[in-house]
Amino acid sequence: MLAYAFKRLLHVIPVAFGVSIVCFLLLHIAPGDPLAAILPADATAELQAQMRALYGLDRPLVIQYLLWLLRALHGDLGLSIATGRPVTREILGAMVNSFILAGVATLIGFSLGSLLGFLAGLYRGSWIDRLASSIAMLGVSVPHYWLGIVLVIIFSVELNWLPATGGGTDGSGGRALDWSYLRFLVLPALTMSVIPMGIIARTIRSLVAEVLAQDFVQALAAKGLMPRQILRHVIRNAAPTAISVMGLQLGYLLGGSILIETVFSWPGTGFLLNNAIFTRDLPMLQGTILILALFFVIMNVLVDIVQSAIDPRIQRN
Amino acid sequence: MQTPPAIIDIRNLAVTFRGGSRKVRAVNGVDLTVDRGEVLALLGESGSGKSVTLRSLLRLHPKGTLIEGEIKVAGQDVMRLGRRALADLRGGTVSMIFQEPRLALDPVYRVGDQIVETIRRHMPVSRSEARARALRLFEDVRIPSPESRLGNYPHEMSGGMLQRSMIAMALACDPAILLADEPTTALDATVQIQILLLLRELQTRRGLAVVFVTHDIGVAAQVADKVAVMYAGRIVESGHIADVIHNPRHPYTQGLLDARVELAQGSSRLRTIEGAPPDLSALPPGCAFAPRCGRVAETCRTVVPELHSGSTSVACFEPLRG
Ligand SMILES: Nc1ncnc2c1ncn2[C@@H]1O[C@H](COP(=O)(O)OP(=O)(O)O)[C@@H](O)[C@H]1O
Ligand SMILES: [Mg+2]
Repeated sequence: MLAYAFKRLLHVIPVAFGVSIVCFLLLHIAPGDPLAAILPADATAELQAQMRALYGLDRPLVIQYLLWLLRALHGDLGLSIATGRPVTREILGAMVNSFILAGVATLIGFSLGSLLGFLAGLYRGSWIDRLASSIAMLGVSVPHYWLGIVLVIIFSVELNWLPATGGGTDGSGGRALDWSYLRFLVLPALTMSVIPMGIIARTIRSLVAEVLAQDFVQALAAKGLMPRQILRHVIRNAAPTAISVMGLQLGYLLGGSILIETVFSWPGTGFLLNNAIFTRDLPMLQGTILILALFFVIMNVLVDIVQSAIDPRIQRN
Repeated sequence: MQTPPAIIDIRNLAVTFRGGSRKVRAVNGVDLTVDRGEVLALLGESGSGKSVTLRSLLRLHPKGTLIEGEIKVAGQDVMRLGRRALADLRGGTVSMIFQEPRLALDPVYRVGDQIVETIRRHMPVSRSEARARALRLFEDVRIPSPESRLGNYPHEMSGGMLQRSMIAMALACDPAILLADEPTTALDATVQIQILLLLRELQTRRGLAVVFVTHDIGVAAQVADKVAVMYAGRIVESGHIADVIHNPRHPYTQGLLDARVELAQGSSRLRTIEGAPPDLSALPPGCAFAPRCGRVAETCRTVVPELHSGSTSVACFEPLRG
């Protein structure tokens, strides 16, 4: 098991290299001169050359990459052009916010999705199935920025129960486990949860149907188990796949959702990315994409490892 | 002197599946009795309704299946049992083993835990007592290093060992009746013989009544006291195994025997009975075997023959050997 985990983690290294190269090149492929954003439009050629040397932009690409990589490995991703603060610190702060949002959204989505999926799978073909499946279908197909806006209109504008935008205790950016903080979380988390809810409900519905069609379910009935006890077996069989789907969903959401975080001005990585794009803050953009991509790669591996640890059918050699 | 009542007594059983667009009448008027400690082989080609008959004893059919007739098992009227009582019967008084042990065990539970679960479902014992019982059962079915094997998952065992585990699980709560649905069909020839011997030994030692479903008349000859030959949802011949094998009276039974003999003589081409079993949703009006029968007469095509007793009971207008 440990050896397997170690091997899978080793595989991350070449992928990480690839990701870093793509991120590095991003700066050079992006249309326009990266310096254009920080220099006034009428900057002299002399000043431009000076800045180019300062940022190392006059050296061969390979050297530039290696230097950038070396700094990145030390946690230095440069300074944000927009704020002048270290990119790494900005990203880490935003990531924590995104994690909180994603975690809560996944929790809501997984609980509701599992419930709907199990009901639909157990009562396949009945009205319960049709209702649950319709809700799941809506979950994956409704545009969530639209849903976000609708929720804001209902709960913030009309009912005035919850704040429309912002994050942190009374919008200050701090974190606490109380209503002053959590009330900002409700609407974005609900909005975000409909996607994993729909996907998990649909996955579990087909998983349950698949498990129920297997011979052993009849064999369990033949040895006298009651429906409730058989259900336990069904859940155990469906769990490994359900959990890994949840892991992947969490992985997607942890990266932050540009749309949702922007609609609610939730200060996470998606919001950060959105701002970086609009202000042409290239170091910030590069750093954010690099970290998010690496994060996603590692997340995938972790899901694999966890899945193989809980599913005895997966050979671990 | 009064004979004790049969432990299995089925009268005029008919099973109709209504799941699809057409009604399928898979079993059509079956009578069967099995005494305590007796082994009955239910013999027939695939699709003749053997498994459906067997499952009816525990009412293990999908929802919406129509079961008609009388089923008495160990003094209980199976057709009238409530959910709870039916579940108590299943695995408690009557247990079942299957053709594919690999598919019949839950792949994500350890085999030992599945046995413990069965024991604790039917007996008021602690987990450790159930565990000890499971270990004794594994020894009874002669699984090597039983202690560690209890901790295996199904995918870690061979087919033969899985079937032994299945048998151990079936016997876990000292049932009076064992239902075996082609338990050796999926196994290699040598393993098949070992399992048959084991079943026969456990059956004798525990005085089990067994219904053994098979399509192989040779297997039936090895395990059974009595045999009932099924065709298209009906019993066409039944009697003591030796009588049926040495003096088959139904042309279908004769056909099954011929196929077996040719195989035993190493014939390269197996002579099977020509033609195919009929469509159960559109049975012919007379004897269902008539279209394939070499001795078919006029009445065979219009009237369903009743089961008449002689040296063996046979449902045929033109039986062999009078
Ligand atoms: N659940 C079911 N729904 C519909 N038809 C079924 C079902 N189970 C069995 N049958 C049909 O009943 C007939 C007899 O099946 P079975 O008893 O399994 O045959 P066998 O003698 O090979 O065990 C077959 O034609 C089969 O297709
Ligand atoms: Mg069968």
